[in-house]
Amino acid sequence: MKTLTMAEQKVFQADASIQENSAVAQELKKEFPIFEQYPELIYVDNGATSQKPRSVLEAEQGLYTLACANVHRAIYSLGERATGLYEDARKTLAAFIGASPEEIVFTRGTTEAINLVAHSFGETLSAGDEIILTEMEHHANLVPWQQLAGRKGIILKFIPIQDDGTLDMEALPRLLGKRTRLVAVTMVSNVLGTKNPVETIIAQAHGAGVPVLLDAAQAIPIEPLNVRTLDADFVALSGHKMYGPFGIGILFGKRQWLEALPPFMGGGDMISEVHLEGFTPNEIPYKFEAGTPPIAQAVGLAEAARWITRIGHGALGRYESGLAQILMSEIANIPGLRILGSQPGYPEGTRAGIVAITLDGVHAHDLAAYLDRYHITVRAGHHCAHPLAQRLGVVSSARFSFGAYNTLDDVFTIAEILRKAQKEL
Amino acid sequence: MSDNFDSLYEEIIRDHYKNPQHKKPLEHIPFVQNPSCGDKVRVAITLGPDGTIAEAAFDGSGCSISMSSADVLADLLAGKTPQEAKAMVELFLAVLRGEKDPSELEQLGDAIAFQGLVRLPVRLKCAALSWRAALEQIEKLL
Repeated sequence: MKTLTMAEQKVFQADASIQENSAVAQELKKEFPIFEQYPELIYVDNGATSQKPRSVLEAEQGLYTLACANVHRAIYSLGERATGLYEDARKTLAAFIGASPEEIVFTRGTTEAINLVAHSFGETLSAGDEIILTEMEHHANLVPWQQLAGRKGIILKFIPIQDDGTLDMEALPRLLGKRTRLVAVTMVSNVLGTKNPVETIIAQAHGAGVPVLLDAAQAIPIEPLNVRTLDADFVALSGHKMYGPFGIGILFGKRQWLEALPPFMGGGDMISEVHLEGFTPNEIPYKFEAGTPPIAQAVGLAEAARWITRIGHGALGRYESGLAQILMSEIANIPGLRILGSQPGYPEGTRAGIVAITLDGVHAHDLAAYLDRYHITVRAGHHCAHPLAQRLGVVSSARFSFGAYNTLDDVFTIAEILRKAQKEL
Repeated sequence: MSDNFDSLYEEIIRDHYKNPQHKKPLEHIPFVQNPSCGDKVRVAITLGPDGTIAEAAFDGSGCSISMSSADVLADLLAGKTPQEAKAMVELFLAVLRGEKDPSELEQLGDAIAFQGLVRLPVRLKCAALSWRAALEQIEKLL
């Protein structure tokens, strides 16, 4: 029997060379129908959303073709199949992040998951209570808290970022006080790629008796996450950034929190009993899932979790960071080019596969339009993090964010086109 | 992908971006901003003794589309009555919104360069920015 090469097995490995892992990425590309449609596409906007492998698309469609019925209501067998698949998806995803199924609430995405906590947990807070965020948060982990602050008179405090794009960790012990009720922080900056020391943040917060919410939107696509090992209280993530469908995400909440908190939205499925005068909420997690849930998307997301596990989740982020490192060294000497965040030479493991740049005299939109001419897709703008852009003193940057199908060739092409852009634009 | 780019980067746009004729520092006029990219622009309109626009100028910062569009606009505003200016700006914005055919831009000089944008929803906002700013100023003159 012929033994399969590493590329043929299509599994990233932590101890393999970047060339070997790049060959894996090249093979994996074949699993993504988008690249059949656009063979020249160099998709490096994975921070915004990832492409979807065929197995995820088939799993999602399979729910519609094999078990399209509403969940938790239908007595007939088709409905039972739908409910079974939906709850199997919850179990798969619970196992994927080390949680129990009843701690997994399906939401539309990270944003809705954080809004859920801002409302339900926010209900339990009083004027003068404090929440600690960071200066690098995506608007999704900033605006819901600002809205809560407006509703309830909550005070927001911020862990500052330093010039190298890392958090000023000396600030957290000072910020944690008697009125601190929550620390909400992103695991990975969607602009700078900084991987935050969340273990330390959780240890310090818990030391002060304060729960922690993690925004895992950028973290979950790059490496496995275990909510128990981390001892996180809440974790929010999106499906569509981890090779899953749009319109679905997860809120993980520790059982005792979910049980204690009031429901968020009202409607069907979140109740156990309703009278004209009032209602009794359903048990967890259903009390947070009002209305018909994203059934097919949950099934698709469970397949995405299986897919990302199969391809070597543990080595994927490391590979993407390696690509980013090579890109940075290739472009560092382009005149007028600035790399945001930590500079080449940063400690190993502190930066994800995200590289945001500015180019003197060239607006990021114009740079993105130029790159598009060469089928290179980059995000240009403030990346939904206005305060961070202000802190860095940049209006607009262009961001390259890598995924499982990006190869070394992609990186060298990008570097070459950037050199050309600097001369021509 | 590439044909969009080519139509976008017609010489007209590049020329207005690199060598704007109507860009100068302005004061006391609020910026109109595009929150999705941070571009900002403000437009000043001066009426002459005959009631037509004697001069239009802009300042701000942004991409080649937003800045060139502002320069083209300023060019076109000169000599128009406020009523004519309003009708022209509304026509341009209606084309960008897809409510009027892009060929309508043929009557608007260099603004024809932006007709290809109708297929690029994100960059429409860049082109519309200064025209929205101008509309605010024109409405004060009516």
